[in-house]
Amino acid sequence: MSAEKVIILGAASAMAEALARIYAAEGASLVLVGRRPERLEEMAADLCVRGATVEIAPADLDQADGAAERLSAWSGGAPIAAVHLFYGVLTDQPRAEADLGYAQATLTTNFTSAALWSLAAANLLEAQRRGVLVVVGSVAGDRGRQSNYVYGAAKAGLGALVQGIAHRLALRGGAAHAVLVRPGFVDTPMTDHLPKGGPLWASPEAVARRIRKAADGKAPVVYAPAFWQLIMLVIRLLPAPIFHRRPL
Amino acid sequence: MIELQTTDRLTSWGRVLRPTHRVARPHWRDELAPALRAAAAGPGRALPVGLSRSYGDSGLNPDGALVVMTGLDRIRAFDAEAGVLRADAGLSLDALIRFALPRGWFPPVLPGTRFVTLGGAIANDVHGKNHHRAGTFGRHVRRLGLLRSDGTMQELAPGDGAGLFEATVGGLGLTGVIAWAEIQLSPVAGAWLDSEDVVFHCLDDFFALADESEASHAYTVAWVDCLAAGRALGRGVFSRANPSADPDRKLHEPPRLAAPLDAPAGLLNRFTLRNFNRAYFTLKALRQGRRRAHYGGFFFPLDAIGAWNRIYGRPGFFQYQCVLPPEAARAGAAELLSQITRSGQGSFLAVLKTFGAPPSPGLLSFPMKGATLALDFPNRGQETLDLLARLDDVVREAGGRLYPAKDGRISAAMFAAGYPRLAEFARHVDPHFASGFWRRVAP
Repeated sequence: MSAEKVIILGAASAMAEALARIYAAEGASLVLVGRRPERLEEMAADLCVRGATVEIAPADLDQADGAAERLSAWSGGAPIAAVHLFYGVLTDQPRAEADLGYAQATLTTNFTSAALWSLAAANLLEAQRRGVLVVVGSVAGDRGRQSNYVYGAAKAGLGALVQGIAHRLALRGGAAHAVLVRPGFVDTPMTDHLPKGGPLWASPEAVARRIRKAADGKAPVVYAPAFWQLIMLVIRLLPAPIFHRRPL
Repeated sequence: MIELQTTDRLTSWGRVLRPTHRVARPHWRDELAPALRAAAAGPGRALPVGLSRSYGDSGLNPDGALVVMTGLDRIRAFDAEAGVLRADAGLSLDALIRFALPRGWFPPVLPGTRFVTLGGAIANDVHGKNHHRAGTFGRHVRRLGLLRSDGTMQELAPGDGAGLFEATVGGLGLTGVIAWAEIQLSPVAGAWLDSEDVVFHCLDDFFALADESEASHAYTVAWVDCLAAGRALGRGVFSRANPSADPDRKLHEPPRLAAPLDAPAGLLNRFTLRNFNRAYFTLKALRQGRRRAHYGGFFFPLDAIGAWNRIYGRPGFFQYQCVLPPEAARAGAAELLSQITRSGQGSFLAVLKTFGAPPSPGLLSFPMKGATLALDFPNRGQETLDLLARLDDVVREAGGRLYPAKDGRISAAMFAAGYPRLAEFARHVDPHFASGFWRRVAP
């Protein structure tokens, strides 16, 4: 029997690469899915040295046509231990307000396609009655804020979808389960244009360690780092008359 | 197209200067050449940097560009039989240890922090407590890839003729961007050392202990009470160790504590420093003897506290590290210590160590046979600079030199006096590269 596969959608993100290194140290069998083959190769060489068995699968994940068949093909007939979904694009909020075509494109990437990949993965995991779907959402999805609500809306929608999948698998998926991870500020290339530093910023490695634990854990929703759960609770509870006075 | 970000948040470890830089952060191999092209094209030229643990301005390029290499940290190949590892230059020694130790290998040379990159370790030709056996880090580099601003990638090896390898090792990032390196690791049984602390009461005792220990121990270093005057001048604690046969390979922990804020300026003053040194000496004297030590605590005592440089407060601090040749070491070290004691400025991190015979490979490598003294001084402006200038006179008189990785102030003449191969080095500097340090000392 071939080894169980860990499929990583959006493998070239900094958090995904940090997670892949944790799996590599465990000797896992990884399938890296992403757009640019030369970057997947570059990652794969490192992960192999670190102890993983690695296949790369170049794909444009915005196109979710045939998602179920493609996931099956990538698993190569082996059972799937985990599907990790990382990909997404940070949305330029003012541009999304002025240019609806751009808004549509980012919503397609961050919500529509991600939702379809998640549904396809859920079907496979339910059928094999084990394995985990781990989807990276964002604290931005916890409450709409004027500075990034188009991105937040996509992540909120995706979050609701993954919570629904977690519910469904709990009822009829055997040992299969699903986890929504909500990271806060993470120091990655995606956020290189922001001023960074300070206690709210986490490294991709720290977030990846939490994701790896969450994949084996029971909780359907996990904040990374954990203190964001408290911060977002406060943000959600702030009454609108107060919230609306702040340019958050 | 690579966009550079303008920031004033990138400082060196001493935090005396807070210049503005344009910064590129490549994360993939295909981004490196465009990043360098963008950085080198603008005003102020380019400088590659790693984890910014250099103390002064050798890792700064005020009003110029920096190429931050930490995003390129992939391991390219590892020969588990021979212990040969090839990796991107942004790989940290922290990550290298976590990869190598479980496989029975260890970095051949470790500086006082594991938060340095492979590229930074080569560009500063760093040394460690085993210098008398292993020499500098550069001696264990088998090959490296160097990207020049003209877009060429050259593969260099020691003694390959052109001299560019020898210029790049210890070359402070000025000869091009070190993209990757292949190094020879050392076999190791486990994570533990058999260590011993011995108190000494004067410099003569230090040199006797150093002589005796170089033959018997792989690792040696000493802490000196740099504020003890008179008969206590040159007292301290000598630490020596050998790798233990214990096969346990327990890895180091990430820092538990971090200094959250800048300490108030003046926290470290004459009174607190003198008493800290006194108390530390007494404590160490009580605990002297043999013990089992984990490599983390032995090699990197300060890494346990994240951002420890903040205890010097907003004005930052200067490091001063010199090496004195053997014949002048005893008298020179005594003179340096009495200058410091007299000034009342001083630190709790005074480190004294002898360098051994293994020659350093780089044209600008700092280590040479003799004794090295490293200290830090809270930045008190002119008063501190005057003291350091007096120390320079002692070092120069003794035929010694200063470590560029620690420096943010020496004159071109002082630098040239310590580095006879400076002119030879300067011919290899990439025309589109610069640093604050190099602008000051370039011949």
